[in-house]
Amino acid sequence: MTGEWTTPQDVASALESVGYLADARIAQVAFLANALSKPILAEGPAGVGKTALALALAEATGRRLVRLQCYEGLDEAKALYEWDYHKQLLRLQSEEGAAWDEIEGDIFSESFLLTRPLLEAIRSKEPVVLLIDEVDRVEVETEALLLEVLDTYQVTVPELGTMTAVTTPIVVLTSNNTRELSEALKRRCLYLYVPYPSIERERAILVSRIPDLPEKLADKIARTVSAIRQLPLRKAPSVSETIDWARTLIALGIEDVNDEVTSDTINVLLKYQVDIDRAAKEFSLDTPDG
Amino acid sequence: MIDSLSGFVAELREIGIPVSMVEAIDAAIAIEHTDLSKADNLRATLGATLVKNSRHYPAFDAAFDVFFGLRLASPTGTDRERDGDGGPFAAGSGGGAGSGSDEISDAILRALLAGDHDALRRLVAAAVDMYAGMQPGRPVGGRYYAYRVLRRLDSDQLMVRLLVALGAAHTESELEDRTVHASAEELVDQMRSEVEREITSRLVADRGAAQVAATRRMPLIEDTNLVHATRTEIEEVERAIAPLARKLATRLSQQRRHGEKGRLDVRRTIRRSLSHGGVLLEPQFKKPRKSKPEFVVLCDVSGSMATFARFTMQLAYAISSELSKVRVFAFIDGLDEVTEYFGPGVDFAEALMSMSSEADLVRSDGHSDYGRSFRDMWENYADAVTSKSTVIVTGDARNNYRDPGSEYLDRIAERSRALFWLNPEPRRFWDTGDSVMSRYAQACDAIDQVRTLRQLERFVERAALPAARRSRLVS
Ligand SMILES: Nc1ncnc2c1ncn2[C@@H]1O[C@H](COP(=O)(O)OP(=O)(O)OP(=O)(O)O)[C@@H](O)[C@H]1O
Ligand SMILES: [Mg+2]
Repeated sequence: MTGEWTTPQDVASALESVGYLADARIAQVAFLANALSKPILAEGPAGVGKTALALALAEATGRRLVRLQCYEGLDEAKALYEWDYHKQLLRLQSEEGAAWDEIEGDIFSESFLLTRPLLEAIRSKEPVVLLIDEVDRVEVETEALLLEVLDTYQVTVPELGTMTAVTTPIVVLTSNNTRELSEALKRRCLYLYVPYPSIERERAILVSRIPDLPEKLADKIARTVSAIRQLPLRKAPSVSETIDWARTLIALGIEDVNDEVTSDTINVLLKYQVDIDRAAKEFSLDTPDG
Repeated sequence: MIDSLSGFVAELREIGIPVSMVEAIDAAIAIEHTDLSKADNLRATLGATLVKNSRHYPAFDAAFDVFFGLRLASPTGTDRERDGDGGPFAAGSGGGAGSGSDEISDAILRALLAGDHDALRRLVAAAVDMYAGMQPGRPVGGRYYAYRVLRRLDSDQLMVRLLVALGAAHTESELEDRTVHASAEELVDQMRSEVEREITSRLVADRGAAQVAATRRMPLIEDTNLVHATRTEIEEVERAIAPLARKLATRLSQQRRHGEKGRLDVRRTIRRSLSHGGVLLEPQFKKPRKSKPEFVVLCDVSGSMATFARFTMQLAYAISSELSKVRVFAFIDGLDEVTEYFGPGVDFAEALMSMSSEADLVRSDGHSDYGRSFRDMWENYADAVTSKSTVIVTGDARNNYRDPGSEYLDRIAERSRALFWLNPEPRRFWDTGDSVMSRYAQACDAIDQVRTLRQLERFVERAALPAARRSRLVS
């Protein structure tokens, strides 16, 4: 737990100082997570700053970031720990003839243990931020691996016993909502839905990420993107795509957004041709392919 | 606070939001770390601890406004009480003086444009005093009072004035025009919800939160009747469909034949052997790969089923983007394959349009004919169904007293791996009138009533392949 934070505003300013703009809700939830030592489960569409929140929390608190990137097929050996069987085999061979009882305790000791992110976070001497990214990608059965860690900040290795975190980590899980997570997992977390930012917040994010972006252009960009997001799209533009678009406009030396500019560069915002066509039709744009 | 918390939790459960004991306790603890001088802090705290599904937030917010809107609320609320000028039902009779309404509207317009929330709140409170005509104990819902106020404030007129103020007359492009409209609409909505909030808090002061909440309860999106869904509901439901499709595809992906093991897993075998002093006692196998499931969807798209068909089509479309093989057939009184209309990269709404104008779904009068359609399926597309396919039929089985042709569905089922029927009608109406649901029962592995997202979810959760294809051939 980070001692210096006594109000959600402290959290917001700490995050802002490292370039992350939290709204009141994000600040409140991050504050609670720290005060109650509970994990945050951040859910929402792609590219709205879920991962960035964890990175910013680490930077703002000066903690090391330990990241577990989830994927289909992730298992215990990659998430928690694994015995180094190469090393174990070598030891067995070098001790040929010795009694099994003696060797057994030896090869199942710390020096043969390969720690993976979850165990690493628990065993770290300095406080860490543990990011469990895109947890919706693992099978629902694999979620069970996380429960002990999230509940009590402990990991049990049968041969070595239970290890408890020395310092309480700040834990952030992210999900793109491609499937429902288990009730068991959700119960253990503070839930934070991160939607697309409001026009004002997106404008502020733009200005903070791209210092040489004129305020007026940032405003126009934020408004335009927000209008585009209202369309029924296959994939709405994310914050990172808004940032890319702003960078593109700057690189092209463009000072104002108009239809011509939008049609020439809309492929930075929209990745599917159907979406580009749809936007072109709705806004009567003249796109190269449309 | 603990009292109102437990009332609030009870209300959430009543709505259908699952709140566990642990979560209620977490909320109570979290409240101690919350600065209660602002309602939105409490909203964030309760939202994070009690509600773990983004779809539930609209219902949560509505209930929150009822329970905590007043208690923590507006400076106006507290002023009024302190001034002791008669509590929530003070001031005007509701008849309202004509001249005041223009002044208030002007002031509201200015407050909206300036983004001055406090001023807006004060003005709306005054407008409610003047125009709502609220009377204590009267069994009138908030909507009626809100209607009276909004009529006097004339939101259409306000919209026009906002558009002018935001420069709608000088826009240079369609896009800019849209943007201005969106901003104006957002401001009108701000005023509208402020009016609703003000009225709600007065009703709560009169009748108590629990009672007001009960009359206000909005059904969760998962309990909305898909047959009569509104546009916004449709959009919300559609967002929930992709995860369901993925789950269905996973559930129905075929496990290899029983007893067959996957490839030897060398790494795990050696690891395991070390517990036996390096002796390879227990070979470990990789999990057998699952094969891609194949789906054949038969969809009644006749008039009565139009909205519902949209969901099943979308489910089919979502399943196909889960890399499963899907073929989709639509029918009214004739059946045609419509798979190609829904290929990847195609806009769903347009696909529906071109499907209904181009595909050959009507043979005679355009009233559902299941028998004829199943015969078309059997005669023209029997090859689409193999021992690997799961067939899903969606429709109300209302056959207009025609020949059910169940022998054709039996044959289709016989060729398939499994056949499920989703019927949006309540079970008690099956087999009444021209519904011939039970005539198809022997072809089906399951017939489920699916008229809400929750029921669709339940179907997906329970859907299981039959252990073996039972013989269904009718003699
Ligand atoms: N509140 C914010 N303040 C500052 N920058 C932000 C904020 N939100 C998003 N960004 C920017 O958007 C980018 C994308 O965010 P991020 O990668 O965290 O999204 P994500 O929600 O994790 O998406 P995905 O689901 O695709 O992983 C970040 O690199 C950051 O630059
Ligand atoms: Mg991410």
